[in-house]
Amino acid sequence: MAPRGFDPKAVAGKFPEPERQVQVLVIGAGPAGVAAALAAAEGGAQVMLVDENPVDAGLLGLDTPLYYGARYTGAVQSRARMLEQVFAASPLLETAFEAGVQIELGVSCWGAWVGGEGLISLPGPVAGLSDGERAWMVGFETLILATGARDVVFSFQGWDQPGVMGAQGLHALVKTYDAFTGRRLVILGSGVLALETALFALANGLEVVALVEVEPQVQGPSPLADQVRATGVEILTGSAPANARGGLDGVESLTVRAADGAEREIGCDTIVQAISLTPVIELLGVLGAETAMQPTLGGHAPVTLDGTTTSLPNVFLAGDVAGAPGGSWLGDDAAVESGRRAALAALGRPFAPSDALKAPAATHQVPSIDYQQAWMRRLLSMNCAQVLICQCEEVTREALLAVRQPAYLGPPSAGMARRDFATLLGDGPANQDQIKRLTRACMGPCQARRCREQVALALACAGNESAARIPLAGYRAPVRPLPLSVLADWEEARAMSSHWDVWLGIPTQWVPYADIGTDRELLHAGVLGGGPDE
Amino acid sequence: MTDGAEVIVVGGGVTGLSTAWWLARSGIDVLVLDKGVIGWEASGRNGGGASHYHSPLFHEEQALWPQMDDLLGYSTEYRRERVIFATTEHHLRNYHQMADACRTLGYQVDDLAPDEVREMVPFAGDNVTGGIHLRFGGQANPQRTVQAYAWALQDLGGRILQHTPAMRILTAGGKVTGVETPRGVFACDHLVVAAGPQSGLLAAQVGADLPLAMARAEMIVTEPGPLMAIGGVDGNGLYGRQTLRGNLAYGGGPHEWVEVGQSGPRARPSTPLLRNLARRVAELLPGAAHLRVIRSWAGVVENTPDGRPVLDRLAEPDNLTVATMSGVGFGLSPATGRAVRDLVLEGRCSFANLEKLSIRRFAGMAADWREANGWLPTTHAQARADMRA
Repeated sequence: MAPRGFDPKAVAGKFPEPERQVQVLVIGAGPAGVAAALAAAEGGAQVMLVDENPVDAGLLGLDTPLYYGARYTGAVQSRARMLEQVFAASPLLETAFEAGVQIELGVSCWGAWVGGEGLISLPGPVAGLSDGERAWMVGFETLILATGARDVVFSFQGWDQPGVMGAQGLHALVKTYDAFTGRRLVILGSGVLALETALFALANGLEVVALVEVEPQVQGPSPLADQVRATGVEILTGSAPANARGGLDGVESLTVRAADGAEREIGCDTIVQAISLTPVIELLGVLGAETAMQPTLGGHAPVTLDGTTTSLPNVFLAGDVAGAPGGSWLGDDAAVESGRRAALAALGRPFAPSDALKAPAATHQVPSIDYQQAWMRRLLSMNCAQVLICQCEEVTREALLAVRQPAYLGPPSAGMARRDFATLLGDGPANQDQIKRLTRACMGPCQARRCREQVALALACAGNESAARIPLAGYRAPVRPLPLSVLADWEEARAMSSHWDVWLGIPTQWVPYADIGTDRELLHAGVLGGGPDE
Repeated sequence: MTDGAEVIVVGGGVTGLSTAWWLARSGIDVLVLDKGVIGWEASGRNGGGASHYHSPLFHEEQALWPQMDDLLGYSTEYRRERVIFATTEHHLRNYHQMADACRTLGYQVDDLAPDEVREMVPFAGDNVTGGIHLRFGGQANPQRTVQAYAWALQDLGGRILQHTPAMRILTAGGKVTGVETPRGVFACDHLVVAAGPQSGLLAAQVGADLPLAMARAEMIVTEPGPLMAIGGVDGNGLYGRQTLRGNLAYGGGPHEWVEVGQSGPRARPSTPLLRNLARRVAELLPGAAHLRVIRSWAGVVENTPDGRPVLDRLAEPDNLTVATMSGVGFGLSPATGRAVRDLVLEGRCSFANLEKLSIRRFAGMAADWREANGWLPTTHAQARADMRA
């Protein structure tokens, strides 16, 4: 046996030890995350709790991480004021602080790694954090993800203007930021999510004009629907949003089309999409944890036996990230309970499995991925081929399903004009990542938060396939869009820079062919590949 | 036997697809088998560069790329020329040597003073030490190119079966007779193995020793910025380009050695290395440092012990041709496909000497060559111990 060699160009040994090390790192300071952090601290652990709120105003404009629909006041520009507001909006944060939890507000987690298949070179489990000015790494022993759920949103005529937003976006702007500018709302959907959103809006002094539901029946439980109706709010079933008209400040009305084709224009300044939530699993994707389509939990969700553990031994779930039952939220009590379970699991202590995810609200019809698809099918039938399905890359529904090349490539060739989604289906099952590469749908700066789910749903509808069978379009770090200068490792260790090479640094790889086997070969070796920096 | 073709190509990456397309252009009935989706591995996850002066296929690469959109009938987003510039004297020396090598081959390269670099590359900053302007080469969109090959192949009657891994090469009487897959057996007169990381295990089934070590490499992508006149701009230890949409896509830096079985890479994680890439892009293009990074990706490439391709028709079975580009396959693919077509149909390449890319150079290679090179998956702790030793 030859002695074991060492490849100075390989990454092993080059990653620095993280700047900070904590026992338990909790991402997300909603009710579940705060409860997890508090319980872990009370259990004796050293805990860091990270939450990205207040989100940088530039990201709010990109509807990242939630669909805010540009319905916020200028107050969001003032970071100091927003920090106070976010802290005040969650009284439990103070309790957690007093219990010794280190709280980092306005800090996003853009990546997390625990090693595993194809990645054994890290010094240990590590998360990438950023406050928008700089990025840094924090090592952890266990990670609790309490990243919540976000809105599944749909395109219709006029959806790409201020005033069209998601239910979670509304909650964040009203409750967490106290910076919502809308007054008069139409809500899309009639499940628990939509009904509770209506009551939430009313309780906060907002006007709710109507709920719009494409299905013939109200989706949520009757008592809840009655409660909403009792306030004078109409629930228009069998109806769909046909056209949001607006001006410089965005939405001014929504035209609703009934099943019989009759149209009615409703004055409103905000259209809240409350059709379904989907778990925020992007960090699980980066971590390499198993996820799967779970039709009753809002879409792709972590694979978990008990609602708390994941396929990775040191990563745990708290709250809606484990699955949005029936496309809705768990509710604060269940979220707190799930946070406590996650803390016990993270500390290696016994915990009872969650039953919230096993039998979600068995008393009424549970909206599933089929319900999302019903919405998409109805919207696709409304003759809106020119509606943008991907706002960042300006891809229309028609262009998506024609698999049309982007406009900057000019008119399609004769061959290209013959190709569309149907011809691709002839080659194999629908694959969203493949369509993305060809059309650019989902490739923009919002990192597909506004279009990922609806593109999958549209492909499913066009292919006469269940949306449950469309593979997830992959998630990649950084899961928040961060400037090069912010993400950069300006303090790069010498171990990383001293042998940096353009490619693999195999000395013989770039020797010009004619010189291979001649005495000129040595002249080239180790130089043309870039060679060491010094 | 369920089906078959005159030539079966195992591997729907750029090398395999280009080969199949060239064969179909010659009227050959060809079938491509891919374990998953075409171009899913390194073929769709690379920098898109097309200026490989070190390769015997270089001249053909340069001759073909400007014609590829027309030949294929689909856009590859190919754009001509390349600017490489440095922010250190060390890199500048390297780039000047690269320029000399290209000039020796008869290609025009202009040396650029710092001001000239800044004029051509509006994002460049005060830290430029100089650069070179390749009046040849260029870059294309890997993902669009993969699909262009596939569609062009289909337009000529060629077939592609996705989600159809080659499990076993069938032989009889010293000849390949077909390929066994989960969808049944496909018969062929000639087999091309262009299966990237899985090529070594497939070659081993017919007794051929194709030593390969697999590594993961990473790239980052920003949101779109204003379009530069030349998209092929790199340097500062990076390879990459500005896409026609305006995104900056760059890679480089250390790789991780990984194990890959016959079913292919099981994971392609991108890592915190994206911070080191971000730093180098921000240094190279300070005027673009405000652009937001929106994605990263990683690809797994196979590497031969000398880092050079194997393009060879075996002595036995003599109806099997091996094509691995040792991790540098995208840009050369138009030429590689033509060369492999020649090997399959004529037994030798009609336009380039490929003798030094023969599989025979690895005959008698020690079984533990990867360990001897340190080309094995290595933990942080092990590497730190090795560094100290």
